[in-house]
Amino acid sequence: MMKTRFPKARQFALGLASIVGFLLLWELLVRALGVRPVSLPAPSVVLAELGGEWRWYLEQTFYTLWTTLGGFALSIVIGVLLAMLLVGSRAFEHAVYPLIVALNSVPKVAVAPLFVIWMGTGAAPKVAIAFLIAVFAIIVDAVHGLRSVPQDVMDLGRVLKGKPLDFFLKVRLPCALPSILAGTKVAISLSLVGAIVGEFVASQRGLGYVILSAQGTFDTPRVFAAVFMLALMGIMLFSAVAWCERRLVPWHRPQ
Amino acid sequence: MSAAAIAADQVRKVYPGGQGLTALDGVSLDIRPGEFVSILGPSGCGKSTFLRCIAGLEDISGGTLGVDGRPVDGPPDHLGMVFQRDALLEWRTIEQNILLPIEFAGKSTAPYRAAVGQLLRLAGLSEFAGRYPRELSGGMRQRAAICRALIDQPGLLLMDEPFGALDALTRDQMNVELQRIWMETHNTVVFVTHGIAEAVFLADRVAVFSPRPGRIVEVLDIDLPRPRRLAVRETQAFGAYTGRIRALFRDMGLIDEGAADAAAAPATHERSAVA
Repeated sequence: MMKTRFPKARQFALGLASIVGFLLLWELLVRALGVRPVSLPAPSVVLAELGGEWRWYLEQTFYTLWTTLGGFALSIVIGVLLAMLLVGSRAFEHAVYPLIVALNSVPKVAVAPLFVIWMGTGAAPKVAIAFLIAVFAIIVDAVHGLRSVPQDVMDLGRVLKGKPLDFFLKVRLPCALPSILAGTKVAISLSLVGAIVGEFVASQRGLGYVILSAQGTFDTPRVFAAVFMLALMGIMLFSAVAWCERRLVPWHRPQ
Repeated sequence: MSAAAIAADQVRKVYPGGQGLTALDGVSLDIRPGEFVSILGPSGCGKSTFLRCIAGLEDISGGTLGVDGRPVDGPPDHLGMVFQRDALLEWRTIEQNILLPIEFAGKSTAPYRAAVGQLLRLAGLSEFAGRYPRELSGGMRQRAAICRALIDQPGLLLMDEPFGALDALTRDQMNVELQRIWMETHNTVVFVTHGIAEAVFLADRVAVFSPRPGRIVEVLDIDLPRPRRLAVRETQAFGAYTGRIRALFRDMGLIDEGAADAAAAPATHERSAVA
């Protein structure tokens, strides 16, 4: 059966309605069953907590945002560069790809404490962990994209005898762009996970730190306040990347 | 004689591997400058391989192959090529796509703007210079690809089943337009197709390929006045050419009408049984 297609505005309204409905249901259940805030605070309690110290929460949110974006940006630059080398040189591929696959199968969360030993407790280790978690998604998709130039287009390039750099910049890279951008959509979410993991391990700032320290004092509303901010940030980051994707590759229709 | 634009003598192409697949087995064909030659054959007969050898995209395994008197060693200069799928770059406008060969040749594109306009007019795409490929239909895209192949004034135009992916009506239209473009530019054209009518309609000569390993079984001179209109296909002269080619295909076992006869036979049987 065909699904009805909704206009953009209605689609957005429906999504928003389901979130509001979920929060309302939560609120009702907590009140009706008399659940204590230390177990599960009602959304109204969480919003009050956020509203009371919004300036402080914003500060923590922005700290996490910058480390996330730092790791994300680094993962794009390094990921695409590595993918170019992997696609450009067979020898490099055979030598390095197994290493990359092996590194990727190590749970990054497990090595997070190492970065604290190496880089201290500032922003650097968080950026590094966010980068490390996100970069593999970029590498895999960029390699796939750079290899996806259609045979006809490869032949065209050979017949026209363009310089390798010309062919790379004008044909191969734009061909790979849809794949690379699909990779960035995964990478942005992973970067956020990485930044939080970094803050869990050692930090005095950021939403991850807020969650961990509030958990220590059983301040559940504060934990939820931080989680709310994280959810909001995650949605906004993903939407921003998806928006960039639509602008940069209008010829490509992602499903 | 080295006046030929393309001189193929006993060209062989064997793909390495277990059994060593033979794609071309002694193809000999001379093509004159300014001539339009169709290469006609069944799917997988090596006709595209032959074209790719001329384009320098594949090495030959034996024989000699020359373009403009020089043995082919990599893509020759002044070559335009049109592929089965248009191979347009989606992120470039039609004009930018057509200018790609100029950019790749390291030349300034500014002096070629006028030539782009002229080609677009010739192809009936004048309003689409600033549009993107996704805004064009399949036939329009392929015409744009032909413009791209012609922009640097190639002496030689190689076309690899360029209209194979189009519907029958669009294909007819493209045949008419290609003929018109060719009559104005007069490049040497090698046109690969598996359509008998298309091959005859367009060409000065039709080289008929056998199934793999590819070999030329016959070269037909098509002596029909130009410009040819689509209605030429209903004439007796045209029918004689296509009939001759169909007979060749039947001799090679590519057309088997016995199956149709066999299918008809039991039907009459049944009917008589009922009666």
